[in-house]
Amino acid sequence: MSLIVLLSIITLCVIGVIAAVVLFYAAKKFKVYEDPRIDEVEALLPAANCGGCGFPGCRGFAEALVKADHISDMLCPVGGNETMKAIATVLGQDVKETVPMIAVVRCNGSTENRPKTSIFQGAKNCSIAHSLYIGETDCSYGCLGYGECVEACKFDAMYMDEKTGLPVIIEENCVACGACVKACPRSIIEMRKKGPKSRRIYVSCVSCDKGAIAKKACDVACIACGKCVKACPHDAITIENNLAYIDFNKCKLCRKCVDVCPTHAIVELNFPPKKITEDKETTSSIIENI
Amino acid sequence: MLKTFKVGGIHPPENKLSAGAVVETLPLPEMVIIPVSQHIGAPAQIMVQKGDAVKVGTIIAKQTGFVSANIHSSVSGIVQKIEETFDTSGYRRKAIVINVDGDQWEDSIDQTTTLKTDIELSTSEIIQRISELGIVGLGGATFPTHVKLSIPSGKTAEILIINAVECEPYLTADHRLMLESPDEIMVGTTILMNALGVKKAVIGIEKNKPDAIAKLTETAKKYQGISVVPLKVKYPQGAEKQLIKAIFDREIPSGKLPIEVGAVVQNVGTAFAVYEAIQKNKPLIERIVTVTGKSVSKPSNFKVRIGTPVQKLIDHIGGLPKDTAKVVNGGPMMGKALRDLNVPVTKGTSGILILNKKLASRKEYVTCIRCGRCVTVCPMGLEPFLLMTHGELQMWGDAEKNHVMDCIECGSCSFTCPAHRPLLDYIRHGKSNVGKIMRNRK
Repeated sequence: MSLIVLLSIITLCVIGVIAAVVLFYAAKKFKVYEDPRIDEVEALLPAANCGGCGFPGCRGFAEALVKADHISDMLCPVGGNETMKAIATVLGQDVKETVPMIAVVRCNGSTENRPKTSIFQGAKNCSIAHSLYIGETDCSYGCLGYGECVEACKFDAMYMDEKTGLPVIIEENCVACGACVKACPRSIIEMRKKGPKSRRIYVSCVSCDKGAIAKKACDVACIACGKCVKACPHDAITIENNLAYIDFNKCKLCRKCVDVCPTHAIVELNFPPKKITEDKETTSSIIENI
Repeated sequence: MLKTFKVGGIHPPENKLSAGAVVETLPLPEMVIIPVSQHIGAPAQIMVQKGDAVKVGTIIAKQTGFVSANIHSSVSGIVQKIEETFDTSGYRRKAIVINVDGDQWEDSIDQTTTLKTDIELSTSEIIQRISELGIVGLGGATFPTHVKLSIPSGKTAEILIINAVECEPYLTADHRLMLESPDEIMVGTTILMNALGVKKAVIGIEKNKPDAIAKLTETAKKYQGISVVPLKVKYPQGAEKQLIKAIFDREIPSGKLPIEVGAVVQNVGTAFAVYEAIQKNKPLIERIVTVTGKSVSKPSNFKVRIGTPVQKLIDHIGGLPKDTAKVVNGGPMMGKALRDLNVPVTKGTSGILILNKKLASRKEYVTCIRCGRCVTVCPMGLEPFLLMTHGELQMWGDAEKNHVMDCIECGSCSFTCPAHRPLLDYIRHGKSNVGKIMRNRK
């Protein structure tokens, strides 16, 4: 009886030793070298796996960062400057300070501003509606309102405002990953500079229709009248295809364009309420005239 | 047993309400809107300017590239403006607006109605003339006819199939045409046979049009090589691939054209237009349009000039019925709802269908219960429920592997689904995305 026990123990030990030797050599032969820095970098990344950097997930980005010769033009939009700085110290490289960006919905065609002229009964999906016809309103460029961008957002930074029928961006949550920009079939959402104290000015319209058609479809459409271009002291505004566009790199946030826009298509965000009332404006213009 | 295709298919209520209505010529409208993209392919290039005087048959837009078609003025008058306006596609497209003034025709057009059977032109001249006179497929897809007739080198056509199936419920435009102009159709078919160099032509008609079958069978005896085949009533038998399968019993490989199996399919309306083009030198400036619907007091068939606003047709039948909810361009299965009644009748408008509230409403959809009805009815042998899921989850790679591009958008799946799921909406979405990916790959 004891012999059986002894034999089995010995057999197992022998098998164990053989296996260990085989495994030892196999591990040596088939060893894959992985840069230990990849794990380090991955640990620094936010693990959101949003794809905002353009790579498949955070691990993919970490691998790319470690492999890259220069990481200065690579950015994790979620982590931002701090994360990139931390990664740069690990990799011993320099990074450029990037300006924080934020998603901006460039359509103000709420149910009030832009009345519906037809009813869409198909699948409630922006891309499908977009491929079938111009949409429930008369504007062929504006928001369709079925929330494909909201579905694409992984950071709870968007919701559909039921009153206006437009998507709203929650500034605290938006990490500028760009998922909504890609999701929108009408390219209404744009990544713009977040601006000092989150102050931004932009043309909240993407309609390339001629002024008369655009205005008929929507009260707050850009009609490309060119007043803002004349008013802008910094040459930041250009008009192309019947649509004004404010270059956020040139804009100095003076708000002159906001005042002159006849259709209120230019929107200002997070500014303190204006000190100059309309009366004062007229007085100042009178003084100027004198 | 009657011939038909084997896989899938449905039989929706036929509702051919206007089958007995003789084709009336609609009075000239005061104004026509002629879009420059009425066909598949590149939009035509505008040849006129504001203020130009045009006659019936004057070319107003020239084809750009091979897959494109000329567009002729359907009225005489003055070009009022060229603007972007809504057309039947639901988008704003470039169109030429002409104010009608009298009814002056170009001198080259033979306006008489006498039948002319002798074909004087050679093959290349026929194709040339068809291309010049802007003939496109009148079944609804509006594919330029001259492209279909130009057979690529290395291929030969064995048979010409004339599509007189009209499987869409409600529509009767082709049915009336067959009853009223059988000889013209036969001559048109003979011309098409000459152009293709084939000896045999088959006209496929569904069994629910016995009068048309009798008439054409009788007429066909006078012409060589043309025969009429009655088919079982089944939707979508009017689809090219299904019709070839039914008549010729050959299957077109995935992603290939009918010429691959030696067949060319032309609509019966196209055959008539070809007759008029070759024998009478008349461009495609008018077509037969069915105006119908359950609530319409007098469902009718009209001969309408291209560019006539849909509103005119509706006015002519006594305005919209009170319970109208939707006006559809085309039939109930494949037609597209109009967003505006001022859109013009184009080369592809085979019918205007007025749906009441009960018929037009789409029900709320619920979860798929995997009953498999959509798979049973799909005439292309696809799995619509799966393709819809791919569309919802944006799995374009899987959609391509499951042959989403083979979908002919007949809508049988959406029609049958007991959960009212918008299968076709998502499949179309998949098709457009997979198509984009495939084009980028090239």
